[in-house]
Amino acid sequence: MTILEIIQILIFFSLLIGLTPILGKYMANVFTGNRHFMLPVFGWLERLAYRFIKVDPNEETNWKSYAFGLLMFNLTGFLFVFLIQLFQAVLPLNPAHLSNVSWHSAFNTAVSFMTNTNWQGYAGETTLSYFVQMVGLTVQNFVSAATGIAVLLALIKGISRKTTDKLGNFWVDLTRSTLYVLLPLSIVLAVLLVGQGVVQNFNSYETIQTLQGAEQVIPSGPAASQIAIKQMGTNGGGFFNANSAHPFENPTPFSNLLEMLAILLIPASLTFTYGKMVGSTRQGWTIFTAMIILLISGLAISLYAEYASNPVFGHLSLMEGKETRFGITNSLIWSTSTTAASNGSVNAMHDSLSPLSGMIAMINIMLGEVVFGGVGAGLYGMVIFVILTVFIAGLMVGRTPEYMGKKIEAFEVKMAIIAVLAPSFVILIFSAWASVSQMGLSSLNNSGPHGFSEILYAFSSAAGNNGSAFAGLNANTVFYNLTLGIGMLIGRFGVIIPVLAIAGSMGRKKITPLSAGTFRTDNWLFIGLLIGVILIVGGLTFFPALSLGPIVEQLLLNNGITF
Amino acid sequence: MSTKQNISLFDKALLLQATKDSVIKLNPVALIKNPVIFIVGLGAVLTTVIVITGGLQGNFSSFNLQIAIWLWFTVLFANFSEAIAEGRGKAQAESLKKNRTQTKARKLVGKQEVSVFAPELKKGDIVICEAGDVIPSDGEVIEGIASVDESAITGESAPVIRESGGDRSAVTGGTKVISDRILISITSEPGNTFIDRMIALVEGAKRQKTPNEIALSILLSGLSIIFLLAVVTLPAFFGYSLSASGLPGSENLTLPVLVALLVCLIPTTIGGLLSAIGISGMDRLLQRNVIATSGRAIEAAGDVDVLLLDKTGTITLGNRMATNFIPADGVTVEELADAAQLSSLSDETPEGRSIVVLAKEKFNIRGRDITNLHATFIPFTAQSRMSGVDLSSKDGKTHQIRKGSSEAIRTFIHNNNGFFPQKIKDIVTELARQGATPLVVAEDDKVLGVVHLKDIVKGGIKQRFSELRKMGIKTVMITGDNPLTAAAIAAEAGVDDFMAEAKPEDKLQRIREEQANGHLVGMIGDGTNDAPALAQADIGIAMNSGTQAAREAGNMVDLDSNPTKLIEVVEVGKQLLMTRGALTTFSIANDVAKYFAIIPAIAVSLYAGSNGVGPLSALNIMHLGSPQSAILSAIIFNALIIVMLIPLALKGVRYRPVSANVALTRNLFIYGLGGIIAPFIGIKLIDLLINL
Amino acid sequence: MKTLIISLKIFLFFTILTGIVYPLVVTGIVQVVFPHKANGNLIVEAGKTVGSELIGQQFDSTIYFMGRPSVTLYNPLPSGGSNYGLTNAKLKNLVEERKQQFIRFNQLDSLTEVPSEMLFASASGLDPHISPKAALLQVERVANARGFNADQKQQLQKLVLEFTEEPQFLCLGEKRVNIFLLNLEIDNIQ
Repeated sequence: MTILEIIQILIFFSLLIGLTPILGKYMANVFTGNRHFMLPVFGWLERLAYRFIKVDPNEETNWKSYAFGLLMFNLTGFLFVFLIQLFQAVLPLNPAHLSNVSWHSAFNTAVSFMTNTNWQGYAGETTLSYFVQMVGLTVQNFVSAATGIAVLLALIKGISRKTTDKLGNFWVDLTRSTLYVLLPLSIVLAVLLVGQGVVQNFNSYETIQTLQGAEQVIPSGPAASQIAIKQMGTNGGGFFNANSAHPFENPTPFSNLLEMLAILLIPASLTFTYGKMVGSTRQGWTIFTAMIILLISGLAISLYAEYASNPVFGHLSLMEGKETRFGITNSLIWSTSTTAASNGSVNAMHDSLSPLSGMIAMINIMLGEVVFGGVGAGLYGMVIFVILTVFIAGLMVGRTPEYMGKKIEAFEVKMAIIAVLAPSFVILIFSAWASVSQMGLSSLNNSGPHGFSEILYAFSSAAGNNGSAFAGLNANTVFYNLTLGIGMLIGRFGVIIPVLAIAGSMGRKKITPLSAGTFRTDNWLFIGLLIGVILIVGGLTFFPALSLGPIVEQLLLNNGITF
Repeated sequence: MSTKQNISLFDKALLLQATKDSVIKLNPVALIKNPVIFIVGLGAVLTTVIVITGGLQGNFSSFNLQIAIWLWFTVLFANFSEAIAEGRGKAQAESLKKNRTQTKARKLVGKQEVSVFAPELKKGDIVICEAGDVIPSDGEVIEGIASVDESAITGESAPVIRESGGDRSAVTGGTKVISDRILISITSEPGNTFIDRMIALVEGAKRQKTPNEIALSILLSGLSIIFLLAVVTLPAFFGYSLSASGLPGSENLTLPVLVALLVCLIPTTIGGLLSAIGISGMDRLLQRNVIATSGRAIEAAGDVDVLLLDKTGTITLGNRMATNFIPADGVTVEELADAAQLSSLSDETPEGRSIVVLAKEKFNIRGRDITNLHATFIPFTAQSRMSGVDLSSKDGKTHQIRKGSSEAIRTFIHNNNGFFPQKIKDIVTELARQGATPLVVAEDDKVLGVVHLKDIVKGGIKQRFSELRKMGIKTVMITGDNPLTAAAIAAEAGVDDFMAEAKPEDKLQRIREEQANGHLVGMIGDGTNDAPALAQADIGIAMNSGTQAAREAGNMVDLDSNPTKLIEVVEVGKQLLMTRGALTTFSIANDVAKYFAIIPAIAVSLYAGSNGVGPLSALNIMHLGSPQSAILSAIIFNALIIVMLIPLALKGVRYRPVSANVALTRNLFIYGLGGIIAPFIGIKLIDLLINL
Repeated sequence: MKTLIISLKIFLFFTILTGIVYPLVVTGIVQVVFPHKANGNLIVEAGKTVGSELIGQQFDSTIYFMGRPSVTLYNPLPSGGSNYGLTNAKLKNLVEERKQQFIRFNQLDSLTEVPSEMLFASASGLDPHISPKAALLQVERVANARGFNADQKQQLQKLVLEFTEEPQFLCLGEKRVNIFLLNLEIDNIQ
């Protein structure tokens, strides 16, 4: 590694840490309904929305109504995206004359964008029309991210309020997240990205003659607007197949920095918002610190693995599937960030990462994407782990475990376990199925342990709503489209519903005041404990699978064995 | 029975009985209550079947047999821990039962006495008990006074006084009247007496899982499901790896090995010890002579963060003591002491006696016979709020000597057209400010002086309270004293807060307020008027000497009637929760090492080169002898650790009154870090032994 | 039912706002502010579009600097990489082949250390950049193929250095040469 590369890592993390409290404070103002500077700009739109849907923004609901609204809204979005793909050929804005999408691919894509996964079994430039990308996918990029924030907000209210079953209003939380957070940030980022060379137009693809006289079709489209929200909303679904490795999605090192920051910006800032809204910024920073330690550790291991020499390639820089303008370090900051956050966009091909770097990406997802994680989703997933940590270790101080004064009892533990179990179930059971069935094995691009890693990565990505892939796997088959689609649904709602249930149950509880007998959840000891529980629970669940995939592959690579 | 008896952990008879019980507990109906151990049981059955069918088909595997044996041991060890904990309770219940003879009761029907068997008595029946009778059932004295030997339940041999009315009216079935005669109204239905419930509780027959135990069971079941997923998917992953490395099959990944892996991973340690921990918590409380009506109460005790403590008996020694005589102007100390002593000669209250004692010690004023003095004793009444004597002197005049609160004496002086001097007023205020109780002594229309009565704060109590503070528990002193006095005592004892001039309804109000602010409140009480507060408190400990109403209202009964017990109860509760947390952490932390033993063992041949050793053997960081010995070592360690931790489960982890943070750091170091390291050492040692 | 209607209505609201208005507004802004960039950085020579500054092209002729191996042969429909894992024997063989080929093609010493980006395929298949070192190794061959004299060769060498982009803002990304732009430029050396 060169000094230049270390400087780039420092720049990235300094900006992330510096921006967290700024955006975090702003979001806290937005979500608590305080005055903020965007109110004069978009306030009228918010009022218009409530008048249009005839909802009183001050009317709050219990967790069940909140969850029901959320599910109905997501169902609507799913059906819409599903249908417009099936009839894409007859719909407008299809200059490339792309045909209708197959039912299973349409199902997979609709689920994928609704669940904030943005797994792409298809290649964007050759499959989807501008209309579907904009009116279908871009919309889901916004609202699936806003859905994640809404769930988090309900949880925050459950934690910070006492003896009430009112958790806020889903429509209000959804609208505010979109209007005041996602939309303005996306507009700013989109314009900045175009300034670096990202395309944004409605032209048709242009066929040109290359210098050597060959024909080359230059694709086009409204890419910047979708890329901005795909990064901000931790969606990750690219406009083009190569995602952010594509020069039109990510043309320069600066656009790369902007996009990497955008991946983690909102999830990181939400930890501050969380602290602010539960009444202790220390609590927020505690979670932030645990997250960033996990992120940096993962990055360190990835960098180590990628820069290490091996008998197969000697001391060559492992540039397979990486772009010259980013180099190795920027590719790895991205690969750890995008999998830590449930983003899933890539600027290098994860399939070609060294086995251990690929494993770090996989582990980031398997741990439940709680290292910053998806917008809203990462933090509520982290709170699930906080609850488990508090329960396991909290007993050791000799009191019924409590978090922020709320007692953690059987119901919370049950829901937390379901939330941890749901994605693990998908990853292990579906991977097992795929690795013994012809339907699963025929899609592999690599043999040996790496082939198994492709399967494991795919289902981890689906269950964790990540969307990145060991993209050699040909996932556009009936088997993978359906299993991955179902996996994404379980991974999303198998966590959201228990989280909302916890929010409801916590809201009804009293708050035990802080005392010297309280198990503190805002100090270094707790950070260590939380990291320990995440690693042990995640590690114990997936260690056997990982040892037969990336671990054994790295050992084989070190022995110079190929397949 | 004497609950103070300490049953040794390794009592021979107890161990024998527990061993028998652990086999009886193999009954699947009983086993399914503990899902983690039930899974182990299923695995044991499955492995046994495989061993037998294998043997019948002529390919008997001693390796599989060893796995099966250790799986059965795992189940038995878990059962054993529960049995031994129950056994200790049962032993105590046995001694209770011995004391309960088939008592005959003298039931009063109208004016007729009818002899009936005790179990036939119903609630509301009236019975007569005279010296030598065993009280047939729980009840309330409605007439008379008697001394009762309650050693059957408290282990305390000194008889106690039970009388109608007031706070000492409750009697317990099975105790014995030593003197006098009382009428008792029965307050319990048959089979539901105090002793019945006590036996049921210590036997563990009615034991229900407590809320925290349920939550923990859910966590453990959840973890078991996760590990089940990890294990059942392993053959598929393994199948892929086998074909990728061009191997036909593997002898290392058999069903018994998978069962062994599963059993090693699921939290068997805490799963096996969970109920033993709960039972022994109850047991530890019993050793302190406190009976909880439910396990839930013990748990709640750990959570209590506000303690309401009666000043008298808890913080101060029951009685105030006279420590000084302060005469009024123109009165000598001797005169004051003499008058004070006279007024107290017949005063049987501890305060009165302490005045007599002080007068003797300081001025050598001896006791005198009141009748010879032609004196009439005027007892303390709630109306007059003073006591004293009327002396008929030789001139036929009657001198009235009175002692009492300054208000009472002032009224008395005014009624006698006397004058209450300013100096006395000042002294009274000053003494009250110091937390003492000033007792003003007067003769007819003249104030003689003040007796300084002082509350004696119990030795060591201040230290105790500061420990509680470290643990985050707030102490509130409840007293009927005026605010000035209360504040001074509160400061001396080091309580965090006090309630002066408190009436019983104030107590109730205070508890509700604290609860509304999210606190959990513990209190101890005895009187009937304490009953509502006891019922409202999260932990209400009724003193056994108290009324039946109080005993019914609280959720614990302190047989020693010692108000300081509250603090110990909190400690037992905390220790119980700590033990659970520590063993859970230990159990989960153990898994790391087991993976490093078993995964390389089963995957050794994958992707192997010509030497037959695959790359994953690099994970065999313990350098275990062979794949088979690695798997066996892990499963043996897993079984033995349960037995080794039984003493810890029964005794509880070491408890010290420290802040949550300190306790956590310490326990985390021992049980978390220790839990990760211990199995690495243990498994390696077992492996060395196996390969000897 | 009420919830369903609210869902449909707010979905309509967001579809219009984020699906139509948002992309249109962004397009409107950038078409005014950065029209060239928003339309793909297309380069027009003599009235004909010859490519995008950002998209690499296939160069296998000896008169051009060659770019990185591309799985798609620089066909952008669709873009993508090889997705070979490091233990994939095909990758190992390809790397060896490309190394030999690069040395042969540029008539280099057989022990030359070939920069790794010339041996590994890019992620997008459209990477227009190579390292300055990889470009300098090709100068001799390009010059010879074009029949350049010593002066022109030196000019070519200078051109490579001229087209070497420093890390952005001195600290971001890697030093690199856009060979599409470079090749476009050398056509003008006469």
